Amino acid sequence: MSIAMREAFGKKLAELGKDNRDIVVLDADVSSSTKSGLFGKEFPARFFNVGVAEANMVGVAAGLATAGLRPVVNAFAIFLALKGTDQIRNVLCYNSLPVVIAGAYGGLSDSYDGASHQSITDIAIMRAMPNMEVIVPADSNQAQMALEYALEQNHPVYVRLNRNPMPEVPSDGNFSSKKAVVLREGSDVTIAANGITASMALEAGAILAAKGIEAEILSMAFVKPFDTESLAASVKKTGNLVTVEEHNIIGGFGSAALEALAATDLSFAYKAVGIEDTFTETGAYDELLAAYGLSGENIAEKAEKLLKK
Amino acid sequence: MNKVLQEKISNIDKEKLSREELSALAANLRLTMFDILQSRQTGHWGGASSSTEITTALYFNRMNIRPEDPAWAERDRLILSKGHASVNLYTMLATRGFFDTADLPSFRVLGSHLQGHPSMKKTPGVDMSTGALGHGLSIGVGMALASTLQGNDYFTYVLSGEGCLNEGQTWEAVMSAAKFRPKKLVYMIDYNKVQLDGTSNEIMPLDPLADKFKDFGWNVAPKTYDGHDMQEILDSFDWIDSDDVWPKLVVYNTVKGKGVSFMEGLNKWHGSPIDADSYAQGRPELVADIERKEAVL
Repeated sequence: MSIAMREAFGKKLAELGKDNRDIVVLDADVSSSTKSGLFGKEFPARFFNVGVAEANMVGVAAGLATAGLRPVVNAFAIFLALKGTDQIRNVLCYNSLPVVIAGAYGGLSDSYDGASHQSITDIAIMRAMPNMEVIVPADSNQAQMALEYALEQNHPVYVRLNRNPMPEVPSDGNFSSKKAVVLREGSDVTIAANGITASMALEAGAILAAKGIEAEILSMAFVKPFDTESLAASVKKTGNLVTVEEHNIIGGFGSAALEALAATDLSFAYKAVGIEDTFTETGAYDELLAAYGLSGENIAEKAEKLLKK
Repeated sequence: MNKVLQEKISNIDKEKLSREELSALAANLRLTMFDILQSRQTGHWGGASSSTEITTALYFNRMNIRPEDPAWAERDRLILSKGHASVNLYTMLATRGFFDTADLPSFRVLGSHLQGHPSMKKTPGVDMSTGALGHGLSIGVGMALASTLQGNDYFTYVLSGEGCLNEGQTWEAVMSAAKFRPKKLVYMIDYNKVQLDGTSNEIMPLDPLADKFKDFGWNVAPKTYDGHDMQEILDSFDWIDSDDVWPKLVVYNTVKGKGVSFMEGLNKWHGSPIDADSYAQGRPELVADIERKEAVL
């Protein structure tokens, strides 16, 4: 387990703030949860806690960005994506303003708070907006690289963060290439995993290997732009694809993968692993993930079924 | 526009326009807007007309801007939060020299840089894209905070109508402005009291408007100014300069559809195309207003 993604993100933010005086950070009264408060403590003059008002926070960030500053807005993913949507679309994206949108407590990671706080539609919303990039880091290391990457872009970037300590996933260190990281090579089925589901996909790979099935596992942090090339190369080899995401199976990573592959001439068998268009509930995070199909076992099972077709 | 005014505009860097010149110019620009809207059969007359004297005074008497360098970092900013009055902003910017007035007839034409609502990516001089109501003040707070953070000293003006004040975001922004007190942030309300569907009192009553801002902790102008009387607008500018307490609110009483008697105060003229009969009847009123105001120059 690495340190929690939010902790890593907050520390990196404070670290980057030392050299980059253009970084300004905004939070909506959750800075001790998102860990943006670590920046606020170091640089109070460049930290704005706007209260529980996500729409205003995004607007203020936009104004700061027009003058050349590099705002990072922080709030729970669900509330940024829903309460700040108009401002994110009409102000940040339409004007291509370089604001980093850090969605904390992504997916089901605010597990005990229940469905009202669990973010299963944010990726669908964010990726539908022109000029936006969407990144779902797999672990704390990627969360830090995503922040560094996002701060160098000239358009808005959505970075979806997880609340809890999660297993570390190998990265190739070349995050800004936006490419998939091949975690395991195989020729029977491609498992494309978004965000923290990469570690589950690795578990699935081990389960499948014990049964003589060789899965190729891709860790894909970038939902947009989408690395069609890497995925297509793998699917061309295996002819089978399972996508995995901590999000509704409608409109998120799996949809992005299918849209990308539909533009190629590949034909393949497919199964989606994700929240199956339902509201989730309260519970311990690991149990909750498993209950909604996000586990190595379920991914392996889906892959196996695909091969038996 | 008569030659005296034209010369004054070309010399604006040396000398600001006087009250009488500003009044005559506003009358001219109101007619320009009326003509564009009629010829294009799309756009918003009511709220463009009600803001005419305010924006004329800002662009030709008040704002520190460089039309030849629209991105100048130290310029004063204007956010037209009531973005549907885009024809007003475009008319001001073109007349002020940000782009060719010959572009104005392309308002809302496919391929034109003059979008239905202002786009900062397309039109020189537009400081912020607007259209969805309620965005302006939040963005203004950010721009004004940036000024201080970066060691600048520019004004950020946000001009809004009632629609923006219906939006919850505006009140989030009002609270945050009271908390952060961004320097030189001025929120101007073109209070014409008519919305798309009816009067503000019918749709969403806002009075006592200025008192609300006082209660939120803003520095509120001592009076509500007549937004069609150039002297009153210049008085409001004097008040803005009278102390260093921010943010500031200025409310202007205005008339929706001002200048064409039978259009004034009617929600129908929020965004209805100007038909041929109304145009034929209304235009002479606007021309007469110009003649009256140019006669004293």
